[in-house]
Amino acid sequence: MQRIGVFVCHCGTNIAATVDVKAVAEALSHEQGVVISQDYQYMCSESGQDLIKNAVKEHKLTGVVVCSCSPRMHENTFRKAAASAGLNPYLVEIANIREQCSWIHKDIASATDKAIILGKAAVAKVNLNTPLTAGESPVVKRALVIGGGIAGIQTALDIAEAGFDVDIVEKEPTIGGKMAQIDKTFPTLDCAACILTPKMVEAAQNEHITIHSFSEVSAVKGFVGNFTVTIKKKARFVDETKCTGCGLCTEKCPMKKVPNEFNMGLDNRTAVYIPFAQAVPKVATIDPNYCLMLKNGKCGVCSKVCSVGAIDYKQTDKFIEQKYGAIVVATGFNPIKLDKYDEFAYSYCPDVVTSLELERLMNAAGPNGGTLLRPSDKTHPHTIVFVQCVGSRCDDSKGKQYCSKICCMYTAKHAMLIREKYPDTEVYVFYIDVRTPGKNFDEFYRRAVEQYNVHYIKGMVGKVSPKADGKIDVQASDLLSNEQLHINADMVVLATAIEPDKSARPLATMLTTQMDTNDFFTEAHPKLRPVESATAGIFLSGACQGPKDIPETVAQASAAAAKAIGLLCKNSITCNPCVAHSNELMCNGCSACEKVCPYGAITYQDKEFRMPDRTTAIRRVASVNPAVCQGCGACTVACPSGAMDLNGFSNSQIMAEVDAICK
Amino acid sequence: MQVNENFEPVIVAFCCNWCSYAGADLSGTNRLNYPANVKIIRVPCSCRVNPMFILRAFQKGADGVIICGCHPGDCHYTSGNYFTRRRITLLYSMLDFLGIERNRTRLEWVSAAEGAKFADVMNQFTEDVRKLGKNRRLEDLRCRKQ
Repeated sequence: MQRIGVFVCHCGTNIAATVDVKAVAEALSHEQGVVISQDYQYMCSESGQDLIKNAVKEHKLTGVVVCSCSPRMHENTFRKAAASAGLNPYLVEIANIREQCSWIHKDIASATDKAIILGKAAVAKVNLNTPLTAGESPVVKRALVIGGGIAGIQTALDIAEAGFDVDIVEKEPTIGGKMAQIDKTFPTLDCAACILTPKMVEAAQNEHITIHSFSEVSAVKGFVGNFTVTIKKKARFVDETKCTGCGLCTEKCPMKKVPNEFNMGLDNRTAVYIPFAQAVPKVATIDPNYCLMLKNGKCGVCSKVCSVGAIDYKQTDKFIEQKYGAIVVATGFNPIKLDKYDEFAYSYCPDVVTSLELERLMNAAGPNGGTLLRPSDKTHPHTIVFVQCVGSRCDDSKGKQYCSKICCMYTAKHAMLIREKYPDTEVYVFYIDVRTPGKNFDEFYRRAVEQYNVHYIKGMVGKVSPKADGKIDVQASDLLSNEQLHINADMVVLATAIEPDKSARPLATMLTTQMDTNDFFTEAHPKLRPVESATAGIFLSGACQGPKDIPETVAQASAAAAKAIGLLCKNSITCNPCVAHSNELMCNGCSACEKVCPYGAITYQDKEFRMPDRTTAIRRVASVNPAVCQGCGACTVACPSGAMDLNGFSNSQIMAEVDAICK
Repeated sequence: MQVNENFEPVIVAFCCNWCSYAGADLSGTNRLNYPANVKIIRVPCSCRVNPMFILRAFQKGADGVIICGCHPGDCHYTSGNYFTRRRITLLYSMLDFLGIERNRTRLEWVSAAEGAKFADVMNQFTEDVRKLGKNRRLEDLRCRKQ
């Protein structure tokens, strides 16, 4: 005979305002097996939990139903409370009467009716719950960081600091990411390279860190604590172990007309190249799309000049397999493509540049050695117009709905740097709003306006038209004075929206993590678990989760590292006991379940069975490996004989819920 | 067909734990309204929903059943929602054969970030079922509460 306790939470007024909690408690007290039904202000509070603990002991409860917030919120809290009173934690069920009832409905009568029905369904389910014991699975003490920008580097350094081995997988030939391309950082105006490159070197020299540059993750198997990852090391046609990074090959390479990605295509590099002087690892890479030897089989200059014989034209992609306990995603961002923004003349006017291109134009290691010159005629620009929110905060399908967050600040930085270095230059900034929340951010922006006399104009730029004399006509509206403006500019800089890297989507599929509609990774809880994904063992670092500036990225990177370290410190983790199991007496060994199992958790065994006529027979039956099963339940539906069932979500439990709702 | 304005359909929603249940929570957190007719049953994955559960709901008097899962390609268990899609397609042809209105059963993909979509889908589905009226063909009168 079941002895069930029902506890209805008011959640302050969150539930009690739209659901008559006393009526719910009263209605549920008449349900089958219920021996006690109470309501309380805050069930998740210490005294609320004590209520459960005392009731378990006093009434010798065999099941508990808590009508409260979502189980995604407090299921664990109440399970722990029950466990501490000696009740198996899997005999606790939650009826979600907050997120899925009181917050949705305004009418008290219908919300109360619904809450009662949800409570009845939970009671019907808990009547059929069985005690479950969680198994344990070992944790591989090694972490994988996907992406080698500042987020990935910081995460790897922090995990290595705790004494665990970390691998960084970076798809480019060098780590460093976007921060390596940036000239100065806001709001301190310190040099990005000066603070980033020491970290890159530190990562390379750390005995616990292995860097797989020019590599991609191609397959992920397994689960928390025990992932098996296949890493594709793309052929760079240079032996990494031999190359010293002397750069002689890049000097001698005859193919010098390759757009330089690192400088945003503003100058050219050679077919064999090292992305930039401080690259880590400092190893040359041959671009097979341009290399004359790889394309036509004629050249071979680099292999002749290489004194250590590192050039290997026959190199192929290599695949390595490695086991990891935790995975941190740090795939970062990219500026969006501007091909849909013809009004800004970006595609055909070289003097209309994006902000990241301006970073390179102003960088001492950039195409002009740090002197700001117009890309078209290499003259000094005297009037520069900045356009904010290009592709950000767009209602139409052209751009992104979200605010890219960093543009207001870097535009203020650019404007200030230009005014500082070239006081004869007039700088105009067109904005919708200036958003500067952050430590010392608003002070920074005000300095740009007050001290550096940057002309901030509220309004959007309608059209950018290059003129025959090389100047650019910028047509815009000033919303505050309600005037149409024409500015005769020399350069236009577009503060381009940022979007997640293209590699993020296929990676999310491999990792079985969730993404939002913009392809940013979704965190497990927006406030309480911001660096974890909903998939156990996968953590999020940096701009792959949402637009972020450098300090926020570093903070999140360290937070993700802390979470990963917390996992790696454990020798074993408790598994989910809600796994499938097969009733061998009913199983006919048809293999239907094995075919649908995504984890290969089901195997077949020949077992001896005693038949009714006292003879024995050997039959082939399915058996589930509980350590591998993740509990999706695909097999339970595939099974034609009904032998396969899922702990915690059994056929009879779900049917009991259906019955309770339909009654 | 006569539409009964006072008819309140019973709707069972099966939501996968990782996407749609979280999406339903999000629509609650954002205070987006949908009718109280919808009652949600949490399942680990949409592929846990046996077509038998859907038929059971109709037998017991449900007027509409909706199954929500992760978008194709985003399944937490890699491939579960593909099985769901095939099974529901088969179920549709069986329901068509039995003469049960197609609009009483629906399969929708709702991600954890789509709280607004969840509310929209539930509003729309409830209206569709309301128009169809009471499920008389599949309800087992012996199961009806006296």
